[in-house]
Amino acid sequence: MIENWSSLIPLLPEVFLLGMICVILIAGLYIDEKRRGIIHFLAILTLALTAVLTLRHFAVGQRYTALGGMFVRDGVGDILKLFVYLSTAIVFVYAKHWLRANKLFSPEFYVLALFAVLGMCILISGGNLLTIYLGLELMALSSYAMVALNRDSPVAAESAMKYFVLGALASGLLLYGMSILYGLTGSLDITLIAKALESGRQPEVAVAFAVVFVVVGIGFKFGAVPFHMWVPDVYHGAPTAVTLFLASAPKLAAVGMAFRLLAEGLEPMVKDWAQMLGFLAMMSLVVGNLAAIAQTNLKRMLAYSTISHVGFILLGILAGSEQGYAAAMFYAITYALMTTAAFGMIIALSHSGFEAERIEDFKGLNQRQPWLAFLMLLVMASLGGFPPLVGFFSKLYVLQAAINAGWLWLAIVAVVMAVVGAYYYLRVIKVMYFDEPDREHQIQAPGDVRVVLAANGLLQLFLTLFVGSLTALCVAAWQ
Amino acid sequence: MADSALLNLVLWLPFAGMLALALLPAARAELIRGLSLALMAVQFALVAWLVARFDPAQGLQFATDLPWIPDWGVHYRIGLDGYNVLLVALTAFLGPLVVLGAQRAVTKDLKLFHAMIQGIQFAMLGTFLAQDLFVFYVFWEAMLIPMFLIIGIWGGERRVYATMKFVLYTAFGSILMLAALIYLVWTLNQTTGVRSFAFADLIGLNLPLDAQLWLLAAFGLSFAIKVPMVPLHTWLPDAHVEAPTTGSVILAGVLLKMGTYGFLKLGFPLFPEATRELAPWLMGLSVAGILYGACLALVQDDIKKVIAYSSISHLGYVMIGLLSFELVGIQGAIVQMVSHGLVAGGLFLMVGMIYERCHSRKIADYGGLAKLMPLYSVAFLLLTLASVGLPTTSGFTGEFMALLGAFAAGWKAQAAGDSLMLVYAVLAVLGVVLGALYMLRLAGALLFGAERAPHAPLNDLDGRERAILVAILAAVFWLGLAPGPALELTEGAAREYRAIVLGHAATEGGQ
Repeated sequence: MIENWSSLIPLLPEVFLLGMICVILIAGLYIDEKRRGIIHFLAILTLALTAVLTLRHFAVGQRYTALGGMFVRDGVGDILKLFVYLSTAIVFVYAKHWLRANKLFSPEFYVLALFAVLGMCILISGGNLLTIYLGLELMALSSYAMVALNRDSPVAAESAMKYFVLGALASGLLLYGMSILYGLTGSLDITLIAKALESGRQPEVAVAFAVVFVVVGIGFKFGAVPFHMWVPDVYHGAPTAVTLFLASAPKLAAVGMAFRLLAEGLEPMVKDWAQMLGFLAMMSLVVGNLAAIAQTNLKRMLAYSTISHVGFILLGILAGSEQGYAAAMFYAITYALMTTAAFGMIIALSHSGFEAERIEDFKGLNQRQPWLAFLMLLVMASLGGFPPLVGFFSKLYVLQAAINAGWLWLAIVAVVMAVVGAYYYLRVIKVMYFDEPDREHQIQAPGDVRVVLAANGLLQLFLTLFVGSLTALCVAAWQ
Repeated sequence: MADSALLNLVLWLPFAGMLALALLPAARAELIRGLSLALMAVQFALVAWLVARFDPAQGLQFATDLPWIPDWGVHYRIGLDGYNVLLVALTAFLGPLVVLGAQRAVTKDLKLFHAMIQGIQFAMLGTFLAQDLFVFYVFWEAMLIPMFLIIGIWGGERRVYATMKFVLYTAFGSILMLAALIYLVWTLNQTTGVRSFAFADLIGLNLPLDAQLWLLAAFGLSFAIKVPMVPLHTWLPDAHVEAPTTGSVILAGVLLKMGTYGFLKLGFPLFPEATRELAPWLMGLSVAGILYGACLALVQDDIKKVIAYSSISHLGYVMIGLLSFELVGIQGAIVQMVSHGLVAGGLFLMVGMIYERCHSRKIADYGGLAKLMPLYSVAFLLLTLASVGLPTTSGFTGEFMALLGAFAAGWKAQAAGDSLMLVYAVLAVLGVVLGALYMLRLAGALLFGAERAPHAPLNDLDGRERAILVAILAAVFWLGLAPGPALELTEGAAREYRAIVLGHAATEGGQ
């Protein structure tokens, strides 16, 4: 199958990543506990070099394939991957502090996270149902293990179990849908499937059946309502460092997966799946926002807020237009950057034996740590979609796309729910600024966490100036 | 070219100031106050220079137009024109006074306070200067968070309730505006193929009447909440009373004008047919606001509440001036906006001064201040008279011209067989009488009668306070005695506004 080695060049970043994971895996065995910092730097270096390799053959406006179409490099994939690397690197910086404080600092965290990243890259670049499934499972299995990283915690074990059972169910459903598609079209290749479906010779009911299963699988991975049950429990139960990881990069991968399967493979069936996504989006927006109001635990609140943000991402995808896909991509990217900052704040305020995960723990933060409070203000306002922060632009972009595609009613639901959402983000700001502190806010976060956190928070403000370039990039990816 | 760079400097100076203040050490209180004041002063000087160079004969000046989000057709467009020139001047004028006024009152979290003042100054100037609907919207919303914090951190006892109410009211209005804005731009794109948010492109758009009505309702609701027009005014007394002095001054001085400015610059010109259709209703609501605000002001026992309700009344005149569609009325409305900013801003500063001394805002706690604090009393009385609209003060110029416009429109409508407008105009005059009643009642209770104050001995105004009041009174009398230059600056814009709003009617009449 391999005609010559140069045809493998598009695969280079993934091959390099795999090689480095093996190196880290082995190095982890020989490096004693005091010098584990080396693993940390090695992992970040790996991500940086992988990003460089990706940029070397940056595929915006082009399309390379390798392994006979199993692996696709295009602009969409490359941009998503770059932000996967970036958000994972940010996660590593925050996570190190938390893992150290909770005595979980081990090479396994890095190895599993990097394996998950590899899975995401394969998923994002999957040109074939098999590669997509392979990438998805690599990502999912690593994530399950990461949730259970803290073996002694019953809560973590419970959420890992829940995550695993529901995740396996979702994978099964997706696989079922894929097999129906294979039976109908006789091919596993995404482009060939699209071509075969275009002809419309398949029985309608069978195709609809396949579409339903694929959409359900994607809905599970996104955590869209009604497939959201695992999200709050996993976010709450997993070690904070792992929640941080799960909340950011996998959403980008899920967007990539939706693009490959729906926007490319099932493109002829856009009418069918747009309806289904419309329902999922509406439910996610309503349930996510309303349930978030009732939360007192910040991690759970962010979990429900994730569900509502997923509703917005789906809103972009279901527009079914290039503008909509670009908007969904823009949303996922900015969301990943917001959510890392939000969890980073929880980590920065945590110290050994104490977890700043209740909203109350932020009481009067402004009087003790004005700078951190200000950063959290930016992040919360951005998540809530207040202009001039970047979260506003991503919401607006998605809404524009949805209205242009004729989804006016859904856009109105989204707008109303955005106001509801503003309330619970404002509540966090209120607690930080208006309430009196009832305890000391000790900050033991090291310098690197502070610097990255500051950059991550201020990004919400300064990205506004570069919204033009970022949207242009997202649009270019689809041309 | 150099002037447009200067205008950008004016706009971005407070933003840079906000960041610079954030980086200063919190312990250096004097440095923080000084820097904040210096930034505002420089800004005012720059604005004064630009206003002096503003050529009333031309429209948009010192403009900047840079692509911001090319894929959506959004450009960073700002510039000075006849609509915003006076309001920009007002904002820049009040800036240093606000900072000065807060010298003693604010001690808690000084750094954040001054950063937020700079932040809101940035957002307010941006809203006025914007020449692109999207830029306008972003700045409009950006005012929310600083104001949320200013009321919520430094406010009175029920501050959290008041600030939440303020933000949720405003956010609700803005979201409707956002939806209307997306629809508007989408329609522009459908009909002409142009993707643009520029005012200039959107104002020419010829929409069917029912679409115009819906869009005006969406835009109008968000502006009417800010004005505030009855019955959407209930956030205002709470916000005013609970806000710290600075917050009240910013609210009364500039923020409320956002609503009327929005109608003048966007709401009415974008949807002229719908405006003419709804004008009698809006006029009715404005007159109701004038009378209702005045009546409520009559029965308040809190000094701040009297002035808060009087704001509802005074902004009603702005609305009837705008809705008269007569040149004199429109110009009067613009002057009234500035006048109310000066007078109400000044009165709130004065309430702050007495509150700093006595920690009470109850009218019943005071009496005979004329003997206790003679200078204070003179200044208070002068501002009271300006608020009442005594000739030679800015209040007279604004209200008189707005009423003149209303009467001119009323007589015209009367000639055409419709006397409703005339009735409204007469009722609006009643508001002036009520205004004299409640303001003189307030001044009488505070300044005369038995000497009484919760704190003794009272010091009269110090140098800083004198400087603030002299500046405000000078501006009040300048607008009252020699309104010529100010009217000249806005005449072109007022004519343009009138032509746009009446434009289609004129051609329809000709057909």
